Amino acid sequence: MMARLVILFHAGKHMRMSRLIKLLGGLSAAALLGGIAHAAGLPTDGNIGLQEAASANMEMVTKLHNTVFAVIFAIFVFVVVLMLYIMVRFREKANPVPSKTSHNTMLEVIWTAAPVMVVLFFLAIATRPLYTLDVIPEADMTIKVVGNQWNWDYSYPDHGDFEFNSMPMSEEDAKAAGKPVLFAATDPLVVPAGKTIRVIVTASDVLHAFAVPAFAVKIDAVPGRLNETWFKVDKPGTYYGQCSEICGQLHYNMPIEVKVVTPAQFDAWVLTRNPEFVKTQSSTTIEARNTEN
Amino acid sequence: MVALHGDAEIHGHSDKPPFFKRWFFSTNHKDIGTLYLWFGMVAGLLGGFLSFMMRMELKEPGIQVFSSEHTFLVFTSMHGLIMIFFLVMPALIGGFGNWFMPLMIGAPDMAFPRMNNLSFWLLPVAFIMIILSFFVPGSAGGNGFGGGWVMYPPLSTSGHPGPAFDLILMGLLAAGFSSIFGAINFITTIFNMRAPGMTLHKMPLFAWSILVTAFLLLLSLPVLAAALFMLFFDRNAGTGFFNPAMGGDPEMFQHLFWFFGHPEVYIMILPAFGLVSHVISTFSKKPIFGYLGMAYAMVSIGVVGFLVWAHHMYTVGMDVDLKLYFMVATLVIAVPTGIKIFSWLATMWGGSIQYTIPMMWAIAFIFLFVIGGVTGVVLSMPAIDVALHDTYYVVAHFHYVLSMGAVFGLFCGFYYWFGKIFGVMYNNVLAHIHFWLFFIGVNVVFMPQHFLGLQGMPRRYIDYPVEFATYNAISSYGAYITLAGVAFFFIMLAEAFIKRRPAPDNYWGEYATTLEWTLSSPPPYHQFNKLPQIK
Repeated sequence: MMARLVILFHAGKHMRMSRLIKLLGGLSAAALLGGIAHAAGLPTDGNIGLQEAASANMEMVTKLHNTVFAVIFAIFVFVVVLMLYIMVRFREKANPVPSKTSHNTMLEVIWTAAPVMVVLFFLAIATRPLYTLDVIPEADMTIKVVGNQWNWDYSYPDHGDFEFNSMPMSEEDAKAAGKPVLFAATDPLVVPAGKTIRVIVTASDVLHAFAVPAFAVKIDAVPGRLNETWFKVDKPGTYYGQCSEICGQLHYNMPIEVKVVTPAQFDAWVLTRNPEFVKTQSSTTIEARNTEN
Repeated sequence: MVALHGDAEIHGHSDKPPFFKRWFFSTNHKDIGTLYLWFGMVAGLLGGFLSFMMRMELKEPGIQVFSSEHTFLVFTSMHGLIMIFFLVMPALIGGFGNWFMPLMIGAPDMAFPRMNNLSFWLLPVAFIMIILSFFVPGSAGGNGFGGGWVMYPPLSTSGHPGPAFDLILMGLLAAGFSSIFGAINFITTIFNMRAPGMTLHKMPLFAWSILVTAFLLLLSLPVLAAALFMLFFDRNAGTGFFNPAMGGDPEMFQHLFWFFGHPEVYIMILPAFGLVSHVISTFSKKPIFGYLGMAYAMVSIGVVGFLVWAHHMYTVGMDVDLKLYFMVATLVIAVPTGIKIFSWLATMWGGSIQYTIPMMWAIAFIFLFVIGGVTGVVLSMPAIDVALHDTYYVVAHFHYVLSMGAVFGLFCGFYYWFGKIFGVMYNNVLAHIHFWLFFIGVNVVFMPQHFLGLQGMPRRYIDYPVEFATYNAISSYGAYITLAGVAFFFIMLAEAFIKRRPAPDNYWGEYATTLEWTLSSPPPYHQFNKLPQIK
């Protein structure tokens, strides 16, 4: 719903809305609405923070970023205020006779030790999130992603290994479907909500990177190498990402659309893609198999 | 020293060779430095033009300026390569390093004057090859190489079968050898040709910065050269270093590239560190605060700079423990960098600060470098980098440290030594207009790019969804302001050379204490025929 509204707002762009109004609109939206005008799974024009989190991992990343940002902003303000004070207090007119001081051991020890403390603090808060993102928990299912110039192949090895190709949707089709241009794909990746999903990523030609900002997912697709990452999204919805490693002329038009649906809807969707598979097995038995392991 | 200076001047004027011999076969460090500066200016104009076209394209969603997506990527890639290899490095190291390192240490010239000439003349050759690459086939998309300045295979091998990238490889190898020869020259000069009494611990900080930079060049460029040769062989000789189908690994190139690429970042910023120290000290009318700490902070930045390369590669699928190591090592750099920032502020503290043009650039340098530095801390953490890697946040970060750090350092040195190099003074009003337009312009260009990156806009996109429209528009307006600033730079140059107000020997007064200020402006063709004695 929110995504739709944002798209409607931007439809005005093509209607020769005065640029100034647009700029002011974007800025005030950022300043006044703050987090309100978010569309989950999409960037928001004029917003100055990270995209809204759709997974616990992204919430963790956002929290870490906000803490780090608070510290670096404080450091920045401290340095700038100190510099401005010095610039005014010790300007030529106010202080015609310069001092000759060129050493102060205590001071030098302090400004070496203080950054060390800050660094240790950063290490303390940034290490656990690193391992949480990187060490993949027991997964409910696996999807395989292959990057090609300039589209994605998605396959479902746990569901009979069916495979399909996801192309960028043309501007006309996307608009007709009410989907965001350059984000919408012809055949989105579909995953069940609330399940831990392992993503195996590789590429068939040059480097690509599979990225969905709302999930805190970004991993290079490298020919000849299997990379893996994971995500778990609880709220059904549609989330978007874009190829994030330069891959040639249509690099900008290699969207990633992920539809998160309820497990029941997912099972039904799998049935449409691979009727033979669901006759013998179902998602629940896969779960059972995984827990046995 | 006065007698010496008079003597040298009389002697100097008589043996200036005729024009062609002087500028094309030059072995004089000052003439070669001047050549480097003009060369950097020309290359910078081309690199700036490329970026301006990119900003025009990105002003609004849709594809309007470029006729092909490939050409946009060619502009992106060449902007990076040209600015790094043909503006910042030649101007800061080749230009100021050649000009002022020998003067500051009291040397008559560089240790290997003929090799110095070779170092310079390899660059135009390299530059011609880079420019030719625009006009020969690159990929199926058209002419030129559009694989990014990082040149990652397979896009730079199987992705660009045309000869454009071979030209770039040859050009970069030539530029790399130019820098290696330069580095050998700088190191030899500093170790062997310091004036009597000038111990390393009395050496001016700019000479220190050139020394550290030269070591970084000497140790990192051969690795780049090896990687470039491997690319060349993969493309033309049937090898498979980076081809997985032949047992190679594309990621190995990234390791080799960034083992060069990260020290390269410090290669570009260290000379700026050095000269900004002199400017701050001169116009605060105080000696530099914590001289030894400043010198060894640069040395430690140089050393640690070799140990952090894979923080450019957090998303390649690296082992998690390695990521932890690279995060720790990267964060460590914050400590010597902090020492430098605080020492500059402490130099200003208690001073009697004169707001001359070079001082404005130096203060702006500190301001912008702090912004670029703290966003670097954010990016050093793999858990945040997963959101920001390959987005505009990275673009904003490295432009704050390079386009604004290194380039502000460049302008700072240029205005500081303008009279010394050219023998004429610039107009203060024009220089002020240049400064303010440039300062406001680059901030308007790059500050909004942080927000674009946080919202997830990937780099190297010719077109983007409307959700990124506002800040892209603002960023592009900043490009107009910056362009106006560049225009005033050239107006300032033209005015100074038309009016020709003669520059006094030491136009900054008694607090400009390094040896170049004991000489005339411009210095005699050969200086220090009798070596100065340092107390």
